[in-house]
Amino acid sequence: MSNAPVDKGRRRFLTVATGVVGGAGAVGVAVPFIASWNPSARAKNAGAPVEVNIAKAEPGQMIRVKWRGKPVWVVRRSTEMLDGLKTHEDRLRDPNSEEPQQPSYAANEYRSIKKEFFVAVGICTHLGCSPSYLPKEMEEHVEGVESGFFCPCHGSTYDIAGRVFQGVPAPLNLVVPPHYYVDDNTILVGEDKGQA
Amino acid sequence: MANKFVEWIDARIPMTKTWNIHLAQYPAPKNFNFWYLFGVLAMLVLVNQILTGVWLTMNYVPSSEGAFASVEYIMRDIDYGWLLRYMHSTGASAFFIVVYLHMFRGMLYGSYQKPRELLWLFGMFIFLVLMAEAFMGYLLPWGQMSYWGAQVIISLFGAIPVIGDDLTLWIRGDYVISGATLNRFFALHVIALPLVLVILVFLHIIALHEVGSNNPDGVPIKKPKGSVPDEEKPKFKFHERFTKKYDIVDAIPFYPYYIVKDLVGIGIFLFLFCYVIFFMPEMGGFFLEPPNFEPANPLKTPEHIAPVWYFTPFYAILRAVPDKLFGVILMFASIVLLALLPWLDRGRVRSIRYRSILHKLNLAVFSVSFLVLGYLGTQPATPTSTMFAQIFTFLYFAFFVLLFFYSKREKTKPVPERVTS
Repeated sequence: MSNAPVDKGRRRFLTVATGVVGGAGAVGVAVPFIASWNPSARAKNAGAPVEVNIAKAEPGQMIRVKWRGKPVWVVRRSTEMLDGLKTHEDRLRDPNSEEPQQPSYAANEYRSIKKEFFVAVGICTHLGCSPSYLPKEMEEHVEGVESGFFCPCHGSTYDIAGRVFQGVPAPLNLVVPPHYYVDDNTILVGEDKGQA
Repeated sequence: MANKFVEWIDARIPMTKTWNIHLAQYPAPKNFNFWYLFGVLAMLVLVNQILTGVWLTMNYVPSSEGAFASVEYIMRDIDYGWLLRYMHSTGASAFFIVVYLHMFRGMLYGSYQKPRELLWLFGMFIFLVLMAEAFMGYLLPWGQMSYWGAQVIISLFGAIPVIGDDLTLWIRGDYVISGATLNRFFALHVIALPLVLVILVFLHIIALHEVGSNNPDGVPIKKPKGSVPDEEKPKFKFHERFTKKYDIVDAIPFYPYYIVKDLVGIGIFLFLFCYVIFFMPEMGGFFLEPPNFEPANPLKTPEHIAPVWYFTPFYAILRAVPDKLFGVILMFASIVLLALLPWLDRGRVRSIRYRSILHKLNLAVFSVSFLVLGYLGTQPATPTSTMFAQIFTFLYFAFFVLLFFYSKREKTKPVPERVTS
């Protein structure tokens, strides 16, 4: 040990340098712990498209299928349902589907490819519950609207095109998933037309 | 022989000293009342949760395929499995009952005021961890309510702008609640959070014993050194750690006096606890909800979903706001404001006994709002119930705003020098 005076600047530099290197190491160690919470490769691969046979659907009937673990609805809408869509547009948040909640081919007044069949992810845009389908009893929740969807969790309401009403907690229209008609009786949910 | 052994230990770790400082020579105010039972009851329930929880893990299967069936297996095929599970599920509700009463005691007697701010904050952290524990534990039976409850709560984080969607994906570990979510919640519920909880409880008690307990009069029992004549001091021996700087008045040692008092309270509590376990473990659908006896079905939300009763006041606040982000903000704010009480209350008088009529009214309205919101949170959303939820949400928040303004110049009654008995 020499008796040379303590070089405080050097000592501080060494302390800070050690701290920075150690801190970088701690961040590095945190990476695997945090990243392991991401969806696994298996979960990512589970998103295969689903075929829905619509040949036997009656007007007013809903078919539920599971796509990526989520409920997907296919509703065959009756003419009365479709006619009713225009009557309440002033009470909707996004009547013209301006928010990107649907593929471009469904960004029309019926939010569907064929106006008869409405395809949507059955998850409320508020906090993720699955709304109930009310083909006749919607009047209880929204005056003058016969059919639609009602979320039992927090009372959000959607019309039969999945458009959200004003004054409810849900901010956005229901999501329309990518889908196309393989033939007249089959819809493929999960892919756009022409996609590999 | 026994003495020799104690000496041997004491030379190696401070066993006797710790016992004396924290129990046998710890000065506790002599005027504790009924409200002072809930701290010790919370500790008792914590022990119950850890013990029964460890035993439940021995037969529980944490996977989306096996979870629901394994809970039924515990209920039907394991000897006393039903009892262990009901002790755990009833314990969860009991935990919140005693913790809410414990917190209310703190509000009644101003126990959060200086110098007990940190003690209060540790308590609020315990409350937060407890809510996380309860929420994650509720997913594990993998019933309908487990599934959709978790779906809603995790989606709350989706309201955060920009990062929301990625954050919920990261929490779930899948595009929907799945086995991946179940497994990580299991790990957090049985290992990570209990460890944090125990550490926080330890810190809560260390902080309490550093500043000393408050009491129903809110009058300090520590007086300046030398200000109290000897004949007015209690005839008990307190540890010099407490008597070195202060003269202690109106106190009794925690052990044996309060231990014995608490034992009576524990007896009454266990009587009620056992009654629920044996005769009404579901508590009419409040402790265990009916939809949870159906296995989780990702395609169908139950007709009416509500969280377990202890979350319903906050849930009602969330539901009262017709805007996603603002609703979530308001819900979290309702808890953060509680944590900020030591700074929102600018009064110098602690106990409700000596505070103004305005404060008594304010606290009463707050308590009623909390209870009404709790009730509304269990009910389906209708326009009328939403309107009431909005009114009582307003009153809930008004408590904190009003308190902040009137507490600075509050007209209080004269506070006695010493505690009353």
